[in-house]
Amino acid sequence: MPQEQTAQALESEELVPPAEAHAAHVSPKKVETQADLSAEMKGISDRYAEALKNGRGPETMPRLDYAPYRSSILRHPTKSLHHADPETIELYSPAFGHQDVHALESDLTIQHNGEPQGERIIVAGRVLDGDGRPVAGQLVEIWQANAAGRYIHKRDQHPAPLDPNFTGVGRCITGDDGSYSFTTIKPGAYPWKNHLNAWRPAHIHFSMFGSEFTQRIVTQMYFPGDQLFPLDPIYQSIVDQDARDRLVAEYDHELTSPEWALGYKWDIILTGSNRTWTENEAYGDAGDEE
Amino acid sequence: MTKLTPTPGQTVGPFYGYALPFKKDNELLAPGSPGSIRLQGTVYDGSGSTIPDAILEIWQPDSDGNIVQRTGSLVRDGYTFTGWGRGSVGNSGVYTFTTVNPGPTAPGAAAFISVAVFARGLMNRLFTRVYLPENEEALANDPLLSSLEPERRKTLIARRDPDGGLTWDIRLQGGDETVFLDFQQDGSLETSVNADHSARDNKA
Repeated sequence: MPQEQTAQALESEELVPPAEAHAAHVSPKKVETQADLSAEMKGISDRYAEALKNGRGPETMPRLDYAPYRSSILRHPTKSLHHADPETIELYSPAFGHQDVHALESDLTIQHNGEPQGERIIVAGRVLDGDGRPVAGQLVEIWQANAAGRYIHKRDQHPAPLDPNFTGVGRCITGDDGSYSFTTIKPGAYPWKNHLNAWRPAHIHFSMFGSEFTQRIVTQMYFPGDQLFPLDPIYQSIVDQDARDRLVAEYDHELTSPEWALGYKWDIILTGSNRTWTENEAYGDAGDEE
Repeated sequence: MTKLTPTPGQTVGPFYGYALPFKKDNELLAPGSPGSIRLQGTVYDGSGSTIPDAILEIWQPDSDGNIVQRTGSLVRDGYTFTGWGRGSVGNSGVYTFTTVNPGPTAPGAAAFISVAVFARGLMNRLFTRVYLPENEEALANDPLLSSLEPERRKTLIARRDPDGGLTWDIRLQGGDETVFLDFQQDGSLETSVNADHSARDNKA
């Protein structure tokens, strides 16, 4: 592409991730600042605190309707989710195994000829269901930005360097105890276009399957003590602090590998299981013995 | 046993495109093979615009109604039907799967495909179902469909195309919004759709 055209394309499109839809009540000409968004988030937060004080139970999931994340405005259902009893296929999960995932896919630092730039880390934990049962033999997928806060994705035009030795995609199959482990690089924070000076806290995207399709989850894992938490509408879309904390990994020195990589521990709890489990399913082979 | 509190979901974001898709992800069997059909549709937002950055997963029984528990979805051998597929929408918001008509899992049951929807701007995955249109008696007796108003019920039933395929659109918001499902037994976990409204309305 000629130089001129590139410059034009950048100007007419976006330097950083996609333009966000605007709420009907927000003038599209007004540049929204962090202060505007923070005030809006504080209002929601205050009302939630009030509701808790009045005896309402804590929320555990993100709000689907959370206007400070502008892209959600036209993309959330306005009718209540319809309660359904899961049936047949929904009570099972697709099966994944070692045909699907190579053992080396859990190390994101060895996918190219050289070492990627940045701080090498180990992220490990267990996938459990709502009764604390390990979710064994299931697929975990992750994706993330590189150390400079840049995704390989072609739509990410954040002017930070790509790393030829880092793609940022990993997979693994959980062990019998529900355990997973990835070796990767600590991702950087990155700017986006929700509002002026919007930055996402460093995070790793996680995708997991349970033992039932109803337990399917895609989420994001964060790092402890990130200064961007109070400013980020995606993190703040979970209005309950205890629930937010469930997305933050814990630094774990036991997991840290000497002279090699820092360790972060993060367990994932899936929504409760709906299927009636037989003893053998619930406890594995041990259930065969009296 | 003590119930543990589930980990919250988060949006799939804009950059899953180099991570979640894989080769033949939307081909549960090879296009053109005996019994194969196309399942297709368009994903819309609340303004009626198509969504170019959504990704869907389908999970279904085989054509005899058996629930398949075979590995090999991510590295397909071209012969094993695993029942699960993943399909990104294109720039025009259209998704496509090659699959089979799911069979009823019990005699007389309505046959359906389970669907999970992910998108940038969508805070948490949504579950729904797409039913085959033919067996009207089974559809009328289906526990989920019969609990819905007729207008809403039809959002879960696919149209049969002249080529034998199925067309089923997804509307995340609006008058003809697709019915999305909450499977939690205690009713407390996924009530966050309009959680802030009562407070907001009171204030207004």
